[in-house]
Amino acid sequence: MSTEMTYRQAICQGLTEALDEDPRAYLMGEDIGPYGGAFAVTQGFWEKYGPRRIKDSPLSESAFVGAGIGSAMAGLRPIVEIMTINFSLLAIDQIVNHAAKVRYMSGDQFSVPMIIRTVTGAGASVAATHSQSFEGWYASVPGLYVVVPSTPEDALGLFRSCRELMDPVMFVEHILLYGSRGQVSEGVKIPLGKADIKKEGSDVTIISYSKMVQNSLEAAAMLENDGINAEVVDLRTLRPLDVETIIKSVKKTHRAVVVEETTKFGGFAGEVVSIIQQEAFDYLDAPVERVAGEEVPIPYSMPLEKLAIPDTQRIVSAVKKLI
Amino acid sequence: MPRKTTNTKAKVADDVAAVAESSELNQEQLLEFYAQMVLIREFEKESERQYTRGNIKGFLHVYSGEEAIAVGAINVLRNDDVVVTHYRDHGQALVKGIEPKQAMAELFGKSTGCSKGKGGSMHLIDADKGFMGGYAIVGGQLPLATGFALASHYRDDDKVTLCFLGDGALNEGEFHECLNLAKVWNLPIIFFCENNLYGMGAPAKDHLAAPDKIYKMSEAYDIPGFRVDGNDVLEVHDLMTKLVKQIRGGSGPAFVEAQTYRIQGHSIADPANYRPEDEVNEWKLKDPIPSFKDWLLANGHATQDIIDQMHQTAEQEIIEAAEFAEQSPFPADEELYTGVYAE
Ligand SMILES: Cc1ncc(C[n+]2csc(CCOP(=O)(O)OP(=O)(O)O)c2C)c(N)n1
Ligand SMILES: [Mg+2]
Repeated sequence: MSTEMTYRQAICQGLTEALDEDPRAYLMGEDIGPYGGAFAVTQGFWEKYGPRRIKDSPLSESAFVGAGIGSAMAGLRPIVEIMTINFSLLAIDQIVNHAAKVRYMSGDQFSVPMIIRTVTGAGASVAATHSQSFEGWYASVPGLYVVVPSTPEDALGLFRSCRELMDPVMFVEHILLYGSRGQVSEGVKIPLGKADIKKEGSDVTIISYSKMVQNSLEAAAMLENDGINAEVVDLRTLRPLDVETIIKSVKKTHRAVVVEETTKFGGFAGEVVSIIQQEAFDYLDAPVERVAGEEVPIPYSMPLEKLAIPDTQRIVSAVKKLI
Repeated sequence: MPRKTTNTKAKVADDVAAVAESSELNQEQLLEFYAQMVLIREFEKESERQYTRGNIKGFLHVYSGEEAIAVGAINVLRNDDVVVTHYRDHGQALVKGIEPKQAMAELFGKSTGCSKGKGGSMHLIDADKGFMGGYAIVGGQLPLATGFALASHYRDDDKVTLCFLGDGALNEGEFHECLNLAKVWNLPIIFFCENNLYGMGAPAKDHLAAPDKIYKMSEAYDIPGFRVDGNDVLEVHDLMTKLVKQIRGGSGPAFVEAQTYRIQGHSIADPANYRPEDEVNEWKLKDPIPSFKDWLLANGHATQDIIDQMHQTAEQEIIEAAEFAEQSPFPADEELYTGVYAE
């Protein structure tokens, strides 16, 4: 049994279940109340659950994210929305220095069972400060989980698992995926650290996550016309990372392209490439390619923005370079 | 008075300093203020039209309903004084001297825009005009503005920095940190809160501990706080004339709350149906433009003919700005890589 729904509806369902099943769970974030959320994920929640469970917070990212952390330390199950990942910079001290550290620093006395939902991505013409993708940064922090779903099924399945974790999660949704549709199987639950092969193939492995999975699948379809059979691996979570699936695929195809939306230098894809060269060096028939954003802030002007972020065609070209 | 609309019959007094020192405005100046307010409103109406046509993308936050603040406050400043603001920046940019053409071209993402098309609506910037931006992270402009004031203090150059912020930004830590810093170092800065009663979709009264006492928030930092009717251009001008004079004389920072209302939603994507109808209607009656017009007519400063003419001139200037924007080229592809570092 499965139902078709949007990415937005899938997340909405995950939140509803949390609120209905767990009296310790509450939502907190800017404009999530009567306004229904900047991306309309929490529409109707305020009316249904009221202000105790739906905390519409002032514009104070550091304060409300930190308060979420404190309440999790005190035993609640906060699900905090940071309107976009760009604004998480105002709360990054609370996330990195506090949420991610307090278990360790306290000699394991505290847990921070908290989900931070936030929105990543470029391509919406909202200029440099509103178009960034920091999930890779967060993936470099021990103590955090980083989840980056690309489909409604993955979003709900992963969200259900996140609720069972006793440590903080950055649950990163993509700004351009909310309206995308897909089948969601009943009762789906997906563990963290399990990548998904979104398309099987034999000639090359394209590795990506979030919105870039869509582009990778489009590229794979185009490559099919040229007789190239690409496998598309969706990482689904950056931390923990499913090394096994990546390596198995590369050992099969002998070629890899790693795709991510943000700037290349220092990007998460570099970590993936490093793992591939270490664990599958002897299987590679070509150097691993990377497709990523240009080394610039994202410009507002529409034609320039298109140049700054990777697209399907660039993935196709990168694959063709290898074959 | 930084921007002069060349379009009124009235010519603005050439002696700019005269305006800054006295809140007494002569007829030409009054008409100039009206012309500027109308110009902003026309600019915003046109930008909404162009958004619907797909010429403007992303976020578009218009200033309609808040014009009296930009016009009343910025006209007190000298050309070399500094304005720093948030993303709802079109009106303030126009008054500080950015031409409608350059502003509209920026909204279109064109190379002739004041930020070369790279910043867009939320990042109008023209350093030569003392308009230091247009910043889209709520509260992010406050430390920058404090820094401009620090530079003036350091150089002892008698410039004043005017920093705008919304009621929502009052809740960010930067507001409190900057008030403290500005007072500790006695910086020449005015923090000017445009209280339009809403953050994005949330009423300020639900997010502020003491929504009726915003102007008192600076008290704990020993910074004088003032409240004005932000829809009354003369009241804003009056207060700002006094404050700018004091601050230029070394008095240290000040804080202003101007109460106003955004006629439209938060951005063009927001139908704003979370606002009670009577509230919206009540504020429509307080629209700063018709109110000021009535006052001008009642006090014999203008005739209906002059008013009509000013509207026509503003409309024409904005049509030309939109044509200019439309005809301008997008930035060349190489522009993607310029301006990341100094050449
Ligand atoms: C740090 C940060 N958090 C959230 C946002 C999203 N956001 C943009 S404007 C806004 C409301 C700001 O309201 P206010 O300061 O009152 O200014 P107004 O738009 O009313 O002029 C919000 C929540 C942002 N841009 N930056
Ligand atoms: Mg506001």
